[in-house]
Amino acid sequence: MIIFKYDKSFEGLLTAVFDAYFRKEFPDMLLGLDEPGPLFIETEHIVTTDKEKTNRVWEGLEKKLSSNALNMITHVWLSELEKSDELIFRYIRKTFDNQQNIETNYADDDVLQMQKTAQKVSREKHRLTGFVRFVKTSDDIFLATLTPDHNTLPLIIQHFKDRFRDQQWIIYDLKRNYGYYYNLKEVSEMSLADTNMIKNGQLDESILAGNEKLMQQLWKQYFKSMTIRERINIKLQRQHMPVRYWKFLTEKYSS
Amino acid sequence: MKAEILNKLTILAESAKYDVSCASSGTTRHGSKGNLGSASGWGICHSFTEDGRCVSLLKIMLTNHCIYDCAYCINRRSNEVKRAAFTVDELVELTIEFYRRNYIEGLFLSSGVISDPDHTMVRMVQVIKILRTVHRFNGYIHMKSIPGCSQQLVHEAGLYADRLSVNIEIPTEKNLRLLAPEKDHDSVFKPMQFIQQGMLESAEERKKFSKAPKFVPAGQSTQMIIGATDETDLQVLQTTSFLYDKPGMKRVYYSGYIPVNQDDKRLPKIIQAPLVRENRLYQADWLLRFYGFKVDEIVDDSYPNLDLEMDPKLAWALRHPEHFPVDINKAEYQMILRVPGIGVKSAKLIISSRRFCKLSSADLKKMGIVMKKAKYFITCNELMMLNTVQEYTPEYVRKALTGEKISRKKPDQNQLSLVFDP
Repeated sequence: MIIFKYDKSFEGLLTAVFDAYFRKEFPDMLLGLDEPGPLFIETEHIVTTDKEKTNRVWEGLEKKLSSNALNMITHVWLSELEKSDELIFRYIRKTFDNQQNIETNYADDDVLQMQKTAQKVSREKHRLTGFVRFVKTSDDIFLATLTPDHNTLPLIIQHFKDRFRDQQWIIYDLKRNYGYYYNLKEVSEMSLADTNMIKNGQLDESILAGNEKLMQQLWKQYFKSMTIRERINIKLQRQHMPVRYWKFLTEKYSS
Repeated sequence: MKAEILNKLTILAESAKYDVSCASSGTTRHGSKGNLGSASGWGICHSFTEDGRCVSLLKIMLTNHCIYDCAYCINRRSNEVKRAAFTVDELVELTIEFYRRNYIEGLFLSSGVISDPDHTMVRMVQVIKILRTVHRFNGYIHMKSIPGCSQQLVHEAGLYADRLSVNIEIPTEKNLRLLAPEKDHDSVFKPMQFIQQGMLESAEERKKFSKAPKFVPAGQSTQMIIGATDETDLQVLQTTSFLYDKPGMKRVYYSGYIPVNQDDKRLPKIIQAPLVRENRLYQADWLLRFYGFKVDEIVDDSYPNLDLEMDPKLAWALRHPEHFPVDINKAEYQMILRVPGIGVKSAKLIISSRRFCKLSSADLKKMGIVMKKAKYFITCNELMMLNTVQEYTPEYVRKALTGEKISRKKPDQNQLSLVFDP
């Protein structure tokens, strides 16, 4: 069995593709640097992430794939699902090894799997643009916290930057412990040293802006009033808005 | 102040909720410096209420006082409900504060009619004008146009709103007059025409000056109440199709009648809103807009109502077995689209994948085609397909798919059965 070990970064993965073609040897398994391998290892290659090699592989892909398919690769990477790196690896190999463009051949398992995984990420991205809830703090920053299934934050930042230009905001991923801060000029990545003021996804009351409680109360009341009681359909509600997102939705958590 | 706002919000949201439209789609508008907000094109749902409906816009009435007495409406003059009215400033502030917290995509403003249509419309236009010009609000705005108001006001509203709508409410004029004596179809179609005219004029203007103001860029929509009157689905869908033929009509919504006014003799006594029928009408609506169907293919004089047990596409296929089976690897897109169990997305997947290789039923299954339905109507890259609607009969397929019991051969009476008790 041929094993490649790499640093679990996207650049590392592309470097692994480069190395494989260079060595004319293709891995059966991709592992992180300190992950234990299986019992029978024939060859083990340690990939050293290299900017140059990364770029060459990406440029090669740009020549063979549409921007849609390239987007799909980033989406699948951000899915953080197990073995999604191996899936991307196989997809890239198929792209390079075929004369014809393979991206619409959905009868191929890997192509279809890529499309489905990318769709999952894209669905969450779309959901989050709606489910992000800002809480206004006493220093006029609008803060939103969430724990997405996939690493979706980088994909939604542009939307919020476009929409809320005249207010400072932070969107924070509590699961991956990083977020983005917009300071009225630009967005920068940040991570909080201390998340003590956030409990169960909710901000400590002492740092809320003056009218924040009232607005939350109004929104909750509005949400309740909108329900048509003759048409209750809890199953449908949960299908559109899975319960795992509820703890960050102002209208769903109880005060 | 606080308690009063909460009270108003409750009353005016309760009165607005029976309007089913909540779409925030149709306009793509990026944010820009000094403005608040953007519009996303596909629309974004921000929440879902316990009835499973999406909350996208702040759907609210300016007031629920009304001079009309329409039988189907909860806010009619003769009802004893709590009445309230927002001031323009209150509503503007509420919209902005909700928007900044990403609760909503924008505002859906509607209103009961106070003193006369124009007077009401002036106040509504004031709200959206202040939002757009004073607060530089760039999010989505959907406004109801009040039947019977002047063209000039519709025109002004159209410059600030993304979408305007006038509800037709009852599919035929005869029944509308019965339930809403103060209204007729003319009072609905007039403002629709004003909107349409405004859109056409603006399109012409923009050919000359690309910076000319846009007029309701997301078009107009309307709503019909289903089941309050005796129209057949044929009549409903004919009205739908008539409306879609007009330029700028983006959506017709169907609202299953909810018995809000139980004591009115003109209305049917029902316990449950006709939700299945409503669902079937939406399916038929989709067939009209995205699948290339005509109304008379879905319902006609011999079948004036939609089959409640199955979707209208399947019903059509079973009435027309002569078109099937369809060869997945050869047939045109339009024909593949007509196969029950294949939607627009899967039809496109099929078309693009079959260039690479012949598709088998296993491939189709992986792509997400509902083989349970589709298998009776297709042939693909297998040796023999002997289980299509041609070999079975439409009656058999119908039973198999609607879950009616198919009579199996009774177990042989002469055969002894062995029962092992553990």
